[in-house]
Amino acid sequence: MSQHKLTQLKALEAESIQIIREVVAQFRNPVMLYSVGKDSSVLVHLARKAFYPAPLPFSLLHVDTGYKFKEMYEFRDAFCKEIGADLIVRRNEDAIAKGMNPKEFGVARCCGALKTSGLLDALEEGGYDAAFGGARRDEERSRAKERVFSMRDEFGQWDPKNQRPELWSLYNGRIHDGESVRVFPISNWTEMDIWSYIRDEGIPIVPLYFAKERPMIERGNMLIPYYEENKDQLLEGEKPTMVMSRFRTLGCSPCTGAVRSDATNMDEIVIEAAAARRSERETRIIDHGSNSMEDKKKEGYF
Amino acid sequence: MSEFNFELTKEIELLRLVTVGSVDDGKSTLIGRLLVDTKGAFEDQLMAVRKKKGTRHVSSAAEVDLAMLTDGLSAEREQGITIDVAYRYFATPKRKFIMADCPGHEQYTRNMVTGSSTANAAIILVDARHGVLPQTKRHTHILGLLGMPHLIVAINKMDLVDYDQATFENIRKDMEDYCAKQGIKDLICIPMSALTGDMVTVRGDKMDWYKGDTLLETLESMSVLDDLDKQSFRMPVQLVNRPQTADLPDYRGFMGTIASGTVKVGDAVMVVPSGKTSTVKDIVTFDGKLEEAFALQSITLTLNDEIDVSRGDMLIHDGEAVEAKKMLTANVCWIGDEDLENRNKYIIKHACSELKVLVDHIDYKTDIHTLNHEPSDRLAMNEIGQVTFKLQQALVFDSYADNRSTGSFIVIDSFTNNTVGAGMIV
Repeated sequence: MSQHKLTQLKALEAESIQIIREVVAQFRNPVMLYSVGKDSSVLVHLARKAFYPAPLPFSLLHVDTGYKFKEMYEFRDAFCKEIGADLIVRRNEDAIAKGMNPKEFGVARCCGALKTSGLLDALEEGGYDAAFGGARRDEERSRAKERVFSMRDEFGQWDPKNQRPELWSLYNGRIHDGESVRVFPISNWTEMDIWSYIRDEGIPIVPLYFAKERPMIERGNMLIPYYEENKDQLLEGEKPTMVMSRFRTLGCSPCTGAVRSDATNMDEIVIEAAAARRSERETRIIDHGSNSMEDKKKEGYF
Repeated sequence: MSEFNFELTKEIELLRLVTVGSVDDGKSTLIGRLLVDTKGAFEDQLMAVRKKKGTRHVSSAAEVDLAMLTDGLSAEREQGITIDVAYRYFATPKRKFIMADCPGHEQYTRNMVTGSSTANAAIILVDARHGVLPQTKRHTHILGLLGMPHLIVAINKMDLVDYDQATFENIRKDMEDYCAKQGIKDLICIPMSALTGDMVTVRGDKMDWYKGDTLLETLESMSVLDDLDKQSFRMPVQLVNRPQTADLPDYRGFMGTIASGTVKVGDAVMVVPSGKTSTVKDIVTFDGKLEEAFALQSITLTLNDEIDVSRGDMLIHDGEAVEAKKMLTANVCWIGDEDLENRNKYIIKHACSELKVLVDHIDYKTDIHTLNHEPSDRLAMNEIGQVTFKLQQALVFDSYADNRSTGSFIVIDSFTNNTVGAGMIV
């Protein structure tokens, strides 16, 4: 192999850095959506590489539902402090005050209020014309058709049938007033790439990704994490048991399942990801049901 | 499970592919087979599109409705059509593949150009029963225009012609003759049956007369070594980094992705179009300073002299004779709803610069059926022609044949802001 050849992860890295820089060059007021998960960790790491030795030229925006795992909040605050990032946290306080939750209102309504509305309000409030997200095309079939620069109308909505062709690495970020762009720099990364890169680069991630004995509610095929504070999540006849488990993907605690696993370090996680026969989105309740991701994306979900 | 080798995973190369074909030539089945056999599709994703609802496991491409797996939008599933290019990912221990899957019917030019623009290799499907069709030739012509470095012709449905060697050889000869006219040099023809799997990922026992590699072996072993690093150094300046922080009060870094060539610390460089010169002080990355950087790396350069450099400029090696020009001729694939017309004004985005242009004249339009050149004063959606533009300001560019990055541009409609054309500089 020629010494002037990039390995596939380094090629992906270079592509992502180019995309991130292009947004800063083309837009007035970009922001990076930060969800605290592994893909966000990689995205922030790539952004730091893009602008080194300068600090990040944009803020991180966490649209918080209030339902994230407590380990995620602890990690978020420590991580942002350590890297000197400017973190903005926004919540849909109206909906939270009204007691929005997935159990009573349904997952779709809860996501719509706390995530989609929360995000659209936060983007409008900040006046951001571009928002980076850590979505990957391999995650879900409607995302396979997503552009790297994804146009949104004044209502933040996506029109999948009318997307700009995207050629070479020439990104057209021209927009009219009121419109905005969602940008996905890690579009071409797979779950395996993410884990391998986290391992190779030593990128910090939320400890919930590593296997440990954790109290879980076993419901059907799902492993639902149990917390003392939320005893009411137990259905009749259920009781928590200790299960050696970890998370492949992290969302809101009531809607994210764990998987049985003995992978306690990055090497073991990469080996497990390489052998995985089922997709990571399987543990996310929001994706189940027909078209749910596409519908939510059209409405403005990231 | 065998011992996982982390060192080997670091050797994995990236190959960007595009697949093109006509309706019903078995493209979905072929892609499905590659995804299933390389485990590029997960079990729960396959289960969701299985044909028989009672099936507990899905182990072969034949058991799933592969178009459902790949048609991601509800409108596509409702109408049974593929609207847009979809990107799929699969990997073997040697390579990771990013495959742009282009719908073969409506608006194929637009989709093909989009999907092919980033690809290093194309798989073009031919139905063994029908041989080389006019559509196959059109696709091949477009791939030729796009300068596709490697072309694999998947001669599919061999099971329906009794795996007949003579049929294969005839099609191969037709394709070789046609490609020679298009200037496509690297052509590999493989007989296969995506349905049975023969010669896709396994050899099978029906085509012992074929001595070449299977499709997957070919994809894994074909040279992806472009000679980008051997070409002249080109780094379009994407952004100027001036943090002006307490630690870095005077730091000025020029950020960009190297389009071609290599650059070393101490090299004499020139900024074009201004012609100012300096030498490279440092090659800065998050992972430490480099002595040398090469094509496709995203880096930051600092220079030893305070010279004016901004976004849209390009860094090249000092001493190279390049000329900034105010006229540009290119093969243009038109992808806009409204026609390109003589004397129209547009914006083009070339590397990191955006500039106004005027259509000076249309040299010719290519009849996509006969490939004949004919005079025209317009190009409609999905048409291809050679167009000469007058530029608002002088620009340094290369020919597309020499350099895909600095020889390509997109055309933008300044009223709608849409991307309406793809240009490959002659």
